[in-house]
Amino acid sequence: MAATTQIKQLRIATRNCGFIDPESLDDYIALRGYEALAKVLTMTPAEVVEVIKTSGLRGRGGGGFPTGVKWGIALSNKADQKYMVCNADEGDPGAFMDRAVLEGDPHSVVEAMAIGGYAIGATLGAVYIRAEYPLAIKRLRLAIDDARAMGLLGKNIFGSGFDFDIEIKYGAGAFVCGEETALIRSMEGHRGEPVSKPPFPAQSGYWNKPTIVNNVETFANIPAIILKGADWFSSIGTATSKGTKVFALAGKIVNVGLVEVPMGTPLREVIFDIGGGCPDGKEFKAVQTGGPSGGALAHKDLDVAIDYESLIARKSMMGSGGMVVMDEDDCMVSVAKFFLDFTMDETCGKCTPCRIGSKRLYEILDKITKGHGTHADLARLKSLCEAIKDTALCGLGQTMPNPILSTMDTFAGEYEAHVTQKKCPAHVCTAMLTYTIDAAKCTGCTLCTKVCPVDCITGTKKQPHVIDASKCIKCGACYDKCKFDSVIKL
Amino acid sequence: MSTIASLDALRAKREEILARQKARANKVLINVSLATCSIAAGGKVALEAMQDEVAVNGLTNVDFMQSGCMTFCFAEPTVEITLPGKEPVVFGGVDEAKARELVTEYVMNGEPVEGIIPVTYQRVIL
Repeated sequence: MAATTQIKQLRIATRNCGFIDPESLDDYIALRGYEALAKVLTMTPAEVVEVIKTSGLRGRGGGGFPTGVKWGIALSNKADQKYMVCNADEGDPGAFMDRAVLEGDPHSVVEAMAIGGYAIGATLGAVYIRAEYPLAIKRLRLAIDDARAMGLLGKNIFGSGFDFDIEIKYGAGAFVCGEETALIRSMEGHRGEPVSKPPFPAQSGYWNKPTIVNNVETFANIPAIILKGADWFSSIGTATSKGTKVFALAGKIVNVGLVEVPMGTPLREVIFDIGGGCPDGKEFKAVQTGGPSGGALAHKDLDVAIDYESLIARKSMMGSGGMVVMDEDDCMVSVAKFFLDFTMDETCGKCTPCRIGSKRLYEILDKITKGHGTHADLARLKSLCEAIKDTALCGLGQTMPNPILSTMDTFAGEYEAHVTQKKCPAHVCTAMLTYTIDAAKCTGCTLCTKVCPVDCITGTKKQPHVIDASKCIKCGACYDKCKFDSVIKL
Repeated sequence: MSTIASLDALRAKREEILARQKARANKVLINVSLATCSIAAGGKVALEAMQDEVAVNGLTNVDFMQSGCMTFCFAEPTVEITLPGKEPVVFGGVDEAKARELVTEYVMNGEPVEGIIPVTYQRVIL
């Protein structure tokens, strides 16, 4: 872990996480909490929007739409009521950035929502948070109550005449509700189903009023931008992507955890210098960014400077920041199948390409991993992916094929092996796997016979043993037990 | 509780809080990460063990606080200890035994204890 002593991380969104008591308003005020709100209340809303535009901040929930531009649209739409919504419906497998911010520094989100409310002309805010985050809800609720008790939310904030208050809406853990139009439908008490855009929520959203939906991490950056300036923020990052990004490093990686790095940091530094590489000396194989909507990046992508555009160019996406690392023991067809299993469960069913397409994609992948795939299946898989991308209603469906397309592209040989040789190179797909004993290495210790649940290993003591492949259920118990590496996977 | 009705009032409040924090600077501060995942990994066990050890040894110069995610999932439970006049140090893998050892060795005697997590980030302070 020697390399990790280098300073590669820059913490803006997570600046207070782990350093302050999230249940103490005083702790937040001590770090200039709510000063950014006081500052914007001396500016005009248009000036605030301009600061955010100039900063170059883009949505951290996945899409990467410029936050200031979004706010500007809502500001220019006249209405008797507008809404500022925080999207805390974090749902990507392996992603936990938003929960960390809400549990570690809830006031930064509360303050930023009030700032956004002032900028667009909204007096009401709502946090849409999944009910599976009880501690985050508890701390957020406490933060809202404390802020209200001190007059930092409510009527006439800082004597400016600006009113703003926040309510909490619970989601029931539907992945599609992270999509902003589905989120708004769910907040209104309807089924969480997306609607086609335009109109965009900034024009007509919650109760048909101009509504801005921003992600938790996006909000967490805002007080820092206001106090340190747009130029400071835009000096960090790449030409098109400013500031930092929080990633949740998970999977086959030594230093599992949250990292926050400047945009433009090479993937290699995140995986190896900060993450410490794969455990047990295993070879790094790929990293899935963007969760079920993203793609797998491999060795060839390690030197890519991470930003919104560079990931899109590699058939992946920034997404909300999940990074699931895979090593040499992972089968990429199975990984794609895993993500499709997820999206197949989470499709809302409103549009046909997503509802039926996800099922068909999953079936083809399942067929390939069971050793029944053909070249025609690969071609069909690809064309179906393209069709779904072009025709699905919302972001969930449009990005659902990404894990397949990117793995088919980068790991074409692995798909080919499954289909042509009926072999899984990573020895994950059990249908194509055979366990056998290397007679030269077997000492006849009989340990394997004791763990075999179906008694398919035979042999005399101190003589090489044999596995009866016709009875073997491929559980791998003998493989794990053997001390002489004599059980091999073929 | 009076409300904070102006920027001046907010700044005054901040000065008051900072003064209170400064008055505590001669005490040991033990900050235990208690996010959902830290709690699941045993953060509360570590906190209670350290509180117990502090009580058993009759220490009066130790303050405890909770915080959210310290970002080191691989090393949970994590505890940050600030000795008076020293830089904060984060320790990982703090099970009950390690928690007690941190109090008796590091807090009471300033003796180094294994499991220090190096600072690998720059943090923006507003």
